[in-house]
Amino acid sequence: MDQSALLAVLLTIVTASTPLLLAALGELVTERAGVLNLGVEGMMVMGAVAGFAAALTTGSPHLGILAAAAAGALLAVPFGVLTLNLVANQVATGLALTLLGLGLSGLIGERFVGQPGVRLQKLQIPGLTDIPFVGPLLFGQDILVYLSIVLAVVVSWVVFRSRTGLILRAVGDNHASAHALGYSVIRVRWAAVLFGGALSGLGGGYLSLAYTPQWIENMTAGRGWIALALVVFSSWLPSRLVIGAYLFGAVTILGFFVQGLGVGVPAQLLSSLPYIVTIAALVVISTRRGRARADTPACLGQPFVPDR
Amino acid sequence: MRIELEKRPERSVLMAWASPVIAVMATVVTGGLIFAAIGKPPLQALWIFFLEPFSSLWSIEELVVKATPLILIGVGLSVAYRANVWNIGAEGQFTMGALMGGIVPVFFTSWQSPLALTAMLVLGILGGMLWASIPAFLKIRTGANEILVSLMLVYVAQLLLDWLVRGPWRDPKGYNFPKTVNFEDWQAMPIFGGGRLNLGIVLALVAAVALAVLMRRTMKGFEVRVLGEAPRAGRFAGFSSDRMTLFVFLLSGGLAGLAGIVEVASTVGQLQPNISPGYGFTAIIVAFLGRLDPIGVVVAALMLAVSYLGGEAAQVALGISDKAARVFQGVLLFWVLACDTLILYRLRIVRSAPAAEGV
Repeated sequence: MDQSALLAVLLTIVTASTPLLLAALGELVTERAGVLNLGVEGMMVMGAVAGFAAALTTGSPHLGILAAAAAGALLAVPFGVLTLNLVANQVATGLALTLLGLGLSGLIGERFVGQPGVRLQKLQIPGLTDIPFVGPLLFGQDILVYLSIVLAVVVSWVVFRSRTGLILRAVGDNHASAHALGYSVIRVRWAAVLFGGALSGLGGGYLSLAYTPQWIENMTAGRGWIALALVVFSSWLPSRLVIGAYLFGAVTILGFFVQGLGVGVPAQLLSSLPYIVTIAALVVISTRRGRARADTPACLGQPFVPDR
Repeated sequence: MRIELEKRPERSVLMAWASPVIAVMATVVTGGLIFAAIGKPPLQALWIFFLEPFSSLWSIEELVVKATPLILIGVGLSVAYRANVWNIGAEGQFTMGALMGGIVPVFFTSWQSPLALTAMLVLGILGGMLWASIPAFLKIRTGANEILVSLMLVYVAQLLLDWLVRGPWRDPKGYNFPKTVNFEDWQAMPIFGGGRLNLGIVLALVAAVALAVLMRRTMKGFEVRVLGEAPRAGRFAGFSSDRMTLFVFLLSGGLAGLAGIVEVASTVGQLQPNISPGYGFTAIIVAFLGRLDPIGVVVAALMLAVSYLGGEAAQVALGISDKAARVFQGVLLFWVLACDTLILYRLRIVRSAPAAEGV
C-alpha cells in the first residue's frame, strides 16, 4: 500500500470513529450518574436531521453543529421527565425515545431527502497542514474531531479528578447515600441526561455534516446502539472509550478497504461487520464477568424516589 | 410549585385499567397538535387517522390482517418483559422466520402437499428460535447484554435476507428484481372470504389464549412473574434465571418467526428485501400498551394496526407523510409509560419547594 492510500484509509477511520466517540462519551456520563438511556440512536438521528436542516437553511455548518446538540438535548427532555420525575422504566422509555426519534426525524427530514448538504470544512493551518502525511492527519481534521478528543480528556478529568465528578459517581453508585449527604440525585441525573443528549445529537450531526453531508432516513444505521455497546466495552472509562471507538472505526473501514482490493465478498457481509464486531466485543468484555460487574455503576438503571 | 410523587399503599386497580385509555387519549391530543404544527386540518386528519379505519368491512378486515403479526410478536414479548428479559430483536427473529420458512417455496417448489405449508410454519418458528437463541446463549454463558446483542442481530438478519434475495435465492425468471419465486397457492396461508383475512389471525389468537393460560394458571407463569419482579426470591425458590432467559427468548423468538413466515406466506407472497414495516419494533409498543398481558396485547395490537391503516389513509387523503404513523407510535409508548406511573404513585402538587436543595 502506498502512502497516499494509507493516508486516505487513516483519514476515513477518523471520520468513522468520531460520531461513535461523541455519542458514547455522552452516554458514559449519563450512565455514570446511574441512568441507562437506550435512546442514543433516536437522539443521534434527531441531531443528524436538525444539524443538516440548520446548516442548509443558514448556510453555516457551525450553526448546524449547535442545532444538532440542541436537538439531542431537547429529545432527552421527555426521557428525563419520564424516568427521573415519573420513575418510569428506563429500558422501555429509552426504546420509546429511539422509536420517536426515528419517526420524527423521518417526518421532519422528508423535504431534505436528495438535497446536497453543507459540509463542515476541515482545518487548513498554513505550514502545519502541509507537512506530508502527518499534516493532514494531525492538523487537517474538522473541529468536531478535535472537540471529541478534547471532550474525552475533559470528561475523564472531571469524572475522576473533580468534585463534580465525585458527586456524579456518588449519585450513580449509591443514590441513597448521595441523597442522605444532601445532593439532589434528580438534579445531577437531569444534568447528565441532558449532557448525554447533547453529545448524542452532536454525534448524529457529525454524520449529516461531515461523514456524508446529506440527509438519508435512518442514516445513523444502528450507530447509537454501537455507542451503547462501546460504553460497556470501555468499562465506563473515557480513555478506553477513545481506544474502543477508534478500534471500531478501524475494523469497519478495513472491511470496506478489503472489498476495494477486489476480494469476492458480498457487500452485505461487509455491511454486517460492525454489528458482528459489536457482538464479539460484548462477548469478550463480558466473559471477564467479575471485572465488568465491578466497573458498572452500581445504581445503573435503578429509579430513585426521594423520601424527603 | 412543583409536582411530587406519593407512593400509593397498593397498586391502583382503577388506574391499571384507566392508564392505557388516558394514554391513548393523550396521544390523540398530541397527534392533533402535530397535525396543526405541520399545517394540516387537525380534526379532519384525526378523523381519517383514527376513525375511518373502522368505517367499512374491508378496512376492518385489513385491520385484522395488520394486527396479526403484532399479536404474534407482542404476546411473546409480553412474557419475556414480564420475566425482565429484554428481547428487542423481534424484527430480526421475524426476518429469520420468513427466511427459514421460505426454504420450502424456494427449494421444494414442486412439493404440492398440505404438509408443505405446515413445514414452512414449523421452519419459521425454528428460524425465529434459532436467531433468538444467540442472545440468550451469550447472555447465559458470558453475561453479554441481551438488549444490544438481540438488536445487533436485527441488522445482520436483514442483510442476510437482502443478500439471499439479490443473490443465490433470486427468482431466475424475475427480470432481475430482488425477490424469490412467488409462493404457490398451497404454500400460502388459507384465506377466509374473498379478502386478505387468513388463518394467521386464528394462530395469533390461539397463541394469545395459550399464553394467557400459561401466565395465569401454570407454575411456569408464576415462575416468570417471580423471576421478573423479585429475582432473589425466585432463586431462593429454586427457579433458574438462566433457564428462564432461554425459555422466554425461545418463546418470543419462535412466535416472531411464526409471524414472519405467516406474513410472507399471506400478504407478501414472496421473499424480498423489505418484508416488514417495523412490526418487530411496533410490537414492543403493543406489549407495553397491553400491560404485558397476552389478552391486553390483542386489544393493543388492533389499536396499533389502526395507526398503520390510518397512516396510509391520511397519506392518500391529505398528503400527510406515512412517517406520521411512526411518530404516533413513539408518542403513544411515551404516554403509556407516563400514565403507568399513576398505578403505583399519586401525583401531588406542592405549592412551593420548602426544603433547601444541595448541589
